[in-house]
Amino acid sequence: MKALSIKGLEKTYAGGVRALKGIDLEVEQGDFYALLGPNGAGKSTTIGIICSLVNKSAGAVSVFGFDSVQDEVEAKSCIGLVPQEFNFNQFETLMQIVVNQAGYYGVPRALAKERAQKYLKQLDLWDKRNARARELSGGMKRRLMIARALMHEPKMLILDEPTAGVDIEVRRSMWSFLKEINEQGITIILTTHYLEEAEMLCRNIGIIDKGEIVENTSMKALLATLNIETFVFDIEQGANSVAIPEFETRALDDTTLEVDVPKEAGLNAVFERFANQNIKVMSMRNKANRLEELFVRLVESGRAKAQTANGSDVKPTQTGQEKRA
Amino acid sequence: MSSRNFTALKTIWIKECTRFLRIWVQTLVPPAITMSLYFVIFGSLIGERIGQMGGFTYMEFIVPGLIMMSIITNSYSNVSSSFFSAKFQRNVEELLVAPVPTWVVIFGFVGGGVARAMLIGIIVTCVSMFFVDVQIHNFIVIVVTLILTSTLFAMAGLVNGIYAKTFDDISVIPTFVLTPLTYLGGVFYSLTLLPDFWQMVSQINPIVYMVNGFRYGFLGVSDINYLVALGLLVGFNLLLYITAYRLLKKGVGIRS
Repeated sequence: MKALSIKGLEKTYAGGVRALKGIDLEVEQGDFYALLGPNGAGKSTTIGIICSLVNKSAGAVSVFGFDSVQDEVEAKSCIGLVPQEFNFNQFETLMQIVVNQAGYYGVPRALAKERAQKYLKQLDLWDKRNARARELSGGMKRRLMIARALMHEPKMLILDEPTAGVDIEVRRSMWSFLKEINEQGITIILTTHYLEEAEMLCRNIGIIDKGEIVENTSMKALLATLNIETFVFDIEQGANSVAIPEFETRALDDTTLEVDVPKEAGLNAVFERFANQNIKVMSMRNKANRLEELFVRLVESGRAKAQTANGSDVKPTQTGQEKRA
Repeated sequence: MSSRNFTALKTIWIKECTRFLRIWVQTLVPPAITMSLYFVIFGSLIGERIGQMGGFTYMEFIVPGLIMMSIITNSYSNVSSSFFSAKFQRNVEELLVAPVPTWVVIFGFVGGGVARAMLIGIIVTCVSMFFVDVQIHNFIVIVVTLILTSTLFAMAGLVNGIYAKTFDDISVIPTFVLTPLTYLGGVFYSLTLLPDFWQMVSQINPIVYMVNGFRYGFLGVSDINYLVALGLLVGFNLLLYITAYRLLKKGVGIRS
């Protein structure tokens, strides 16, 4: 049984905007799945439909085998949502927010209070439990929404850009928390603009653009398709005069050199050439996040295909997803 | 009712009551002050010059209408503003993602409005006791009218909250519809004082039935048959419940 199964999902808004053009998507139980796409691609609409915040125009959604319409209660009980925008009552205390949310799922008040203590402590919010939500920092508000989404102990957690606008320290603590709950068996679906985040956390990935799935595969398989990586080397001096015939190089200034490294050549070969020419490398880094390069490439090629097809439907590529270890 | 739905209903109701109690200066104090002023000005100062109305002192005559006026205004505004705020702050999504049936949402919000109306009713009755000896003709009639009226206006407030897109939208109906209907609903006068034509026109004002039903419970006199008033209250309640249910089920104003 899949954690999430979407078939032929379509959404046309009242103004005529076709946000989803019949997408198919499946997420395995226990997966950590990234749903990526540029702004306006249809990510939030998809999540909105899964979570009953948006009415679908056509298609079917099932969550752990429960149809989102026929078995609405069971399907909803399986999902915890962390939305993109803060959507709690700013005048309520943290305790009221999380306990009430549990109550909407039928969790008795005494049990809800126990769970509130557990999740607020895990997310470093316990000291603020009696503070009003509007008094919290942006990072705390994001963590509050995660705690709230977990109060009914869902089997699947959907996070719509959970780390938007939070500092790196908080982001890292959120990543480790999400990894931990995923290891405990909760299926996680994540949308994010930080591709480093998706690469670090997720096993499988779907890329959506203009309401269509343009890629749906495992993170490993996707990254394996990247043949050339660009590295930036900080060298002592003389970047302008460096020439490595087998590699394409660009000197950015006298001490910075960009080198395109094909996967089969490997970095050792580059270092060998540097050593032969007595070039001292001070440091090096990737020019861009690997997933970022692939993402841009996939979205652009998807758009080109769509243009070539002259408006005809572009079928999503359905390659094998990585199973949860 | 399943225990899950009961817990959800209780949660919404407690949340709603906590809301109006948290802002008690805005919700509970103003009706007490306004009613005190009505009693002083219309009851004591002007009322003494008016003399008897329907066989009672003017003060005694207006007490039920004034209580009813507070109940109508507060039950309506509680639900319309609370539901619209939930939409505005988007915390209505907390309910939409959860397996809460539509009827539970309606009863939860309406229950909050009724609770506030009851509390206001008690406060205003206590205030009126400083000015007049409140007499009770039929306690059951009072309670039934009170519950049905506050439910009706809480439900109307919910429908207003569902449709509202701005804060202006939740003040338009109270200002331009509710207030005129209440003032022309026989709170301050007996319909028998009006010319025949205007008595007839008054019959289409639903608030006339509520005020008179309530007055019957207190004083035992009414311009309208109490059973007719009761029947209309039940009918309006059903109509508004069906309207609110259909709107919420369809997602009007809450789902795109």
